[in-house]
Amino acid sequence: MNSITAVPNTPSENALDELFKDINPALTSRQASFEASRCYYCYDAPCVKACPSDIDIPSFIASIHNEDLEGAAKTIYSENILGGSCARVCPTEILCEQACVRNDEAECAPVLIGLLQRHATDQAEFSEHPISRAPTTGKRIAVIGGGPAGLSCAHRLASLGHEVDVFEAQSKAGGLNEYGIAKYKLTQNFAQKEVDFILGIGGITLHTNKALGQDIHLEDLSEKYDSVFLGIGLQGTRQLNLDGEDHPAVHNAVDFIKALRQAKHTEDLSVPKKHAIVIGAGNTAIDIACQLKRLGTEEVTLVYRRGTEQMSATGHEQQIAKDHEVRIKTWSRPDALTFDDNNTLTSMTFVKTTLVDGKLTDTEETFTLPCEAVFKAVGQTLVTPENEPGLPQVTSGKFQVDASFLSSLANVYVGGDCTTVGEDLTVEAVQQGKKAALAIHTALMSEEK
Amino acid sequence: MADLSTDFVGIKSPNPFWLASAPPTDKAYNVERAFEAGWGGVVWKTLGEDPAAVNVSSRYSAIYDSYGEVSGFNNIELITDRSLEINLREIEAVKKSWPDRALVVSLMVPCEENAWKTIVKEVEKTGADGLELNFGCPHGMPERGMGAAVGQVPEYVEQVTRWCKQYSKLPVIVKLTPNITDIRYSARAANRGGADAVSLINTINSITGIDLDQMTARPIVDGKSTHGGYCGPAVKPIALNMVSEIARDPETQRLPISGIGGISNWRDAAEFISLGAGCVQVCTAAMVYGFRIVKEMQDGLNNWMDSKGYERLTDFQGLAVPNTTDWKYLNMNYKVVADIDQDKCIGCGRCYIGCEDTSHQAIELTPQADGTNRFDIIEEECVGCNLCQITCPVEDCITMVQKDTDKPYMNWTQDERNPFKDVS
Ligand SMILES: Cc1cc2nc3c(=O)[nH]c(=O)nc-3n(C[C@H](O)[C@H](O)[C@H](O)COP(=O)(O)OP(=O)(O)OC[C@H]3O[C@@H](n4cnc5c(N)ncnc54)[C@H](O)[C@@H]3O)c2cc1C
Ligand SMILES: Cc1cc2nc3c(=O)[nH]c(=O)nc-3n(C[C@H](O)[C@H](O)[C@H](O)COP(=O)(O)O)c2cc1C
Ligand code: SF4
Ligand code: SF4
Ligand code: SF4
Repeated sequence: MNSITAVPNTPSENALDELFKDINPALTSRQASFEASRCYYCYDAPCVKACPSDIDIPSFIASIHNEDLEGAAKTIYSENILGGSCARVCPTEILCEQACVRNDEAECAPVLIGLLQRHATDQAEFSEHPISRAPTTGKRIAVIGGGPAGLSCAHRLASLGHEVDVFEAQSKAGGLNEYGIAKYKLTQNFAQKEVDFILGIGGITLHTNKALGQDIHLEDLSEKYDSVFLGIGLQGTRQLNLDGEDHPAVHNAVDFIKALRQAKHTEDLSVPKKHAIVIGAGNTAIDIACQLKRLGTEEVTLVYRRGTEQMSATGHEQQIAKDHEVRIKTWSRPDALTFDDNNTLTSMTFVKTTLVDGKLTDTEETFTLPCEAVFKAVGQTLVTPENEPGLPQVTSGKFQVDASFLSSLANVYVGGDCTTVGEDLTVEAVQQGKKAALAIHTALMSEEK
Repeated sequence: MADLSTDFVGIKSPNPFWLASAPPTDKAYNVERAFEAGWGGVVWKTLGEDPAAVNVSSRYSAIYDSYGEVSGFNNIELITDRSLEINLREIEAVKKSWPDRALVVSLMVPCEENAWKTIVKEVEKTGADGLELNFGCPHGMPERGMGAAVGQVPEYVEQVTRWCKQYSKLPVIVKLTPNITDIRYSARAANRGGADAVSLINTINSITGIDLDQMTARPIVDGKSTHGGYCGPAVKPIALNMVSEIARDPETQRLPISGIGGISNWRDAAEFISLGAGCVQVCTAAMVYGFRIVKEMQDGLNNWMDSKGYERLTDFQGLAVPNTTDWKYLNMNYKVVADIDQDKCIGCGRCYIGCEDTSHQAIELTPQADGTNRFDIIEEECVGCNLCQITCPVEDCITMVQKDTDKPYMNWTQDERNPFKDVS
């Protein structure tokens, strides 16, 4: 095995890539060496506390500084086997880099931890998988969902000597890394390269096109396996509850991104030419707006019912939207969709909003924006598979777990976006998968005694 | 505007910045470019007897700081590889065109009276301002009984100096090798031989690093290497100490010194002058950045002198010498403790872990509600070692504050705790 990124791309993969060049390109070795030397090698470092996956940041940066990229990558992988994709997708501006002490001194600029993490994981060359496996335990665990949470859990279990079967509903593993993250964040088929890399540890069997509720059932799995991990993410999307919302020109942003991430040619997608409207205020809304711009939509207007300060998209993400010339319209609530006689979407009407005693309230004012398509990015929700009666308990829309990610059912653990815990971020899913794996391991090994 | 002009053992130059004998002063072309750039003087690349030395290919190596700047430089070159006659002709021509600049000629010939007699006479004819005797070349030449081998034997230093003073009217500067145990012995020998001045340091025997793939030191010549001579910023502390040793030694304290070793800017130069140097010589900095650096050197020295009210170099020359003393004369009753400016502290914890692991456990770590840490000095435990101040990355965040001990000056020779009090 060489470095993860050394795997060549097939020519057909490159057709759309021109439009979606890496938004945050890799550092050169020289840049990485300078950047690494900016790290103060803090003791009890605040950046580590701010990394949801507990990566020993000063240690891996010191290894880069000492030209030991393999050592750096191992330090990262030992806590976060998806360190490569996290380096690309983590909102570092609200995580590790926000906590970096170098924000607080004269330079006011954090160490670029994400880019250094990418440098190490991209450039490290291993002749065998960097994490070794403990002697086999004979225990078998079923992991449902091959996203970041499932893969992280499976990898940690494999490294502890267990045998793991991963059941994934889609034809490829990777979860939102493969189907959801903006195309310019994970370029060059990185998600699949990373999946191959993770499976390289051995002891993990991936079963694709196997959906819980259709092809597999929790009751069977609980019987056949010593433990089960559930990491099925959030498959539903919130609705606007407007008339005509089921019209084909009204898209779920995540579905469109999914199609984009799998498309080989622009022609495979129905891209609005002149006007598109995005509803939402999170990173998904920003992502779809920017990706539409790159695909050639002339005017993209992002509309949010509150102000920019209340947007959940980070300042950094909002800046990316501005850089893509996305128009951001705040304090406006979607009211109605308008179609012409041929049932073609022509415009969308909004009611202006305001705060009255801290409560969002409609004003008298309305306005109408022309549009060919609307993209909804107002949040994802947990959809519990049908025909699957014996699922763990759901509280406020998500699976309820305890501190060790054990669900309401014995031997069934849950992690990632579908739990009530933590923010919905890749790195958080990785951490939850890892922690669940450690809890599963502890539970199974204590049963032994 | 301060007056930077220099009179070093009768050799006049418009400023104290000379180029040391090395590649920058190898030939007329370089030296004229240096003078155009503003250098006050040069010591011409060391001349020897014909046939001229021959150099290998791949000659230098370096070590770098974390920003990629050269902090130490190493070479395996010999003295000039051009014939004596060409060098002498060029020296004469250059001196004629640049009468106001110092032009000193460096020499290294076998340790025989006739050899030195012949060459100093030749040099005198060129109109050069002075001689520098190179006893310091650490490589190549010692095998022929020249350079460091001579510089390491005080009797030879004295003898050769005496010959040169005997056969030449020119001022004689003896360049000292640092590859000895106690620099004062060579300086005293030069002084006894009648030297007008010493210049130091020449390069330090070194291996800058090993290429771990080829298992060869650098620089590599066809798979092999050899030790070289080390210079550049990394050697400045060693040079400063040697200069101070000579400036403080009762036997040599009046001997003029030309300071050399790692000088890269006006501040370095001012430091050498404050330890007694009458002029300074530069090699590595010119090789890494080119001759133009002399502009900022002159400007910087000028502005600093203005800010201090020094009108000429002699106003501050040697001022740091009396304050450089033996350990035993330091005040045992003086006490400083570290003080952390909490407004500046960024919470990196470096001061803490250094003190906790390797020093006196005098810093307290208190976790804060927001997940950061607060660091406080435990004054009773602090011995005032400066470690935390050195390791703190924030400027002026940790200061060493003097504590009143209410006790008078008392040095080690007077201290009751000194078991050898009466003999020391
Ligand atoms: C558009 C978008 C952009 C995002 N951008 C970022 C970003 O830039 N940075 C960031 O940190 N986070 C981002 N996120 C969030 C991040 O992608 C998620 O937090 C992360 O992927 C969660 O991992 P997971 O494993 O819990 O779920 P998922 O990644 O959703 O993986 C769940 C897996 O389970 C499978 N599955 C679902 N149902 C079944 C079933 N019934 N049977 C079997 N398998 C099933 C799915 O096919 C999928 O492979 C983004 C999310 C979206 C939607
Ligand atoms: C490549 C090179 C060649 C040198 N050749 C000589 C020499 O011929 N004669 C000499 O006296 N010193 C020679 N030196 C030593 C320098 O004159 C000077 O003493 C030393 O480099 C320290 O100064 P610096 O730190 O400014 O470089 C040489 C130095 C270098 C780097
Ligand atoms: S906080 Fe910043 S400087 Fe300190 S260890 Fe982390 S990255 Fe390095
Ligand atoms: S500096 Fe470079 S180009 Fe010039 S002689 Fe040396 S190796 Fe050759
Ligand atoms: S080294 Fe300086 S900045 Fe860092 S914790 Fe100590 S006092 Fe604060």
